Amino acid sequence: MFKELWNSLSESLIAAGALVRFLFRLLINSPRAFLRMDLIVQQTYNSGALSLVIIMLSGLFVGMVLGLQGYQLLQRFGSEEALGTAAAIGLVKELGPVVTALLFAGRAGTALTSELGLMKATDQLSAMEMMAIDPIRRVVVPRFLGGVIAMPLLAAIFSMVGLYGAQLVGVQIMGVDSGSFWSQMRASVGIVDISEGIVKSCVFGIACSAIAVYQGYYAAPTAEGVGRATTSTVVTSAVVILFLDYLITAAFL
Amino acid sequence: MATFGGSGDSPMSQANIIEIRNLNYAVGGRTIFEGLDMVIPRGRVTAVMGPSGTGKTTLLRLVTGQILADSGSVEVAGLEIQSLTRAALYKLRQRMGMLFQNGALLTDLSVFENVAFALREHTDLPERLIRQLVLTKLQAVGLRGAAELMPSELSGGMNRRVALARAIVMDPEILIYDEPFVGLDPISMGVILRLIRRLNDVLGLTSIVVSHDVKEISSVADQILLLSGGKVVANGTHKELHSNPSKIIAQFMGGLADGPVPFHFPAADYFGELLAREEA
Repeated sequence: MFKELWNSLSESLIAAGALVRFLFRLLINSPRAFLRMDLIVQQTYNSGALSLVIIMLSGLFVGMVLGLQGYQLLQRFGSEEALGTAAAIGLVKELGPVVTALLFAGRAGTALTSELGLMKATDQLSAMEMMAIDPIRRVVVPRFLGGVIAMPLLAAIFSMVGLYGAQLVGVQIMGVDSGSFWSQMRASVGIVDISEGIVKSCVFGIACSAIAVYQGYYAAPTAEGVGRATTSTVVTSAVVILFLDYLITAAFL
Repeated sequence: MATFGGSGDSPMSQANIIEIRNLNYAVGGRTIFEGLDMVIPRGRVTAVMGPSGTGKTTLLRLVTGQILADSGSVEVAGLEIQSLTRAALYKLRQRMGMLFQNGALLTDLSVFENVAFALREHTDLPERLIRQLVLTKLQAVGLRGAAELMPSELSGGMNRRVALARAIVMDPEILIYDEPFVGLDPISMGVILRLIRRLNDVLGLTSIVVSHDVKEISSVADQILLLSGGKVVANGTHKELHSNPSKIIAQFMGGLADGPVPFHFPAADYFGELLAREEA
């Protein structure tokens, strides 16, 4: 049993090492990719704009739940006016980046993995190699950068819509004073809180995009291989996001 | 067994565009090539044939530098593939075109953009010239009218012809076809066959065709190389191979189910296995 555990651990470490090496390869090729802005804009649209609906809907519902739960809790202490602060801190620092990253991995990440995996399975990447075009530069890096750019923007939109949802429930339905809701939020949420959210969403964007393109690029070129890589993107991204979330939260304390 | 080609010490002959010497390659503990020697003459259509699993596609991957041999030498246009840097390999690949088994068109680009892809990536040609070049190549394969279609709107034969137009867009010296007839109807197959011959002669290319279709490819190939057991077992024209008394050549050229290449995959004794199962 210990042997199996050790084997599993060493395999995970080797996979993590390969992923980090791949990430360095992407970062080295990234500056040159900005010479082809059209490719990056297209991929930002694919990863970002096409994820907007799910992000906004989820943000709205998360915010509404937060408004409801927060109100119930704060009411016990007679401080319902602090609902704005509680919702904003929760959304900007934690729920915005984390939930967006999880949704991003599920929508854009799986799309990236399956697209690259299928390109590999149908020899499209080999065809590029044979045309003397590096698929990492032409296909993988623009997709990676598109994800890296889209993720913080999506997290910001998620938090904004979430705050609207919290306000909708707290102020419009539960009757919390609108002035108190907004003024307490403005007074209590500082630049450090917002910075933490921005750092988290940027780091999660790099992690999710790198995992997605790595899994797609190295997927076994079969239907089963692409399916397994797509599942792996979601599972690995979720674990990595939560692990990095803990590290960044601890670093900001 | 006869080997084909000249001395390994001599500089690459001008008559040969590809020379392979004493090549060894194994993957996953299985030997694919063992001391393979072969030459591909310049300016001709060479068919590489052999039973499934003999490494024909692997040979193409070795020639194009997609994989490297364990030992031995692969020289293409005077350049030793093993010792090329990535940049030099990419430069050499600009002198090659390859038609993949399934066409391998980029599915998010139109037919026109697929053919223009390499031109846009490698040159700074003005849009007007790119358009002219692409339309010329599409006209050569008879698909100028399909320029605006997407790959998903093409039939299997059209897909292969667009891939062929893409393969010749940089005016390569060597054109490689990997199983170009798989899944094609007789009309599409005839079209591709005629294109292989015509493009080779008109553009002055060297064509290498990996195929199983003995009858079809024999009608256009100048020479046929027959691979088996990791080596070239025969080399000659279609007529020469048909008159060769070797059993393996006769089996392959005649499409016989059993012979030196057995019908049955190696297994335990048939009756013994059946009885053992009954007892169990």
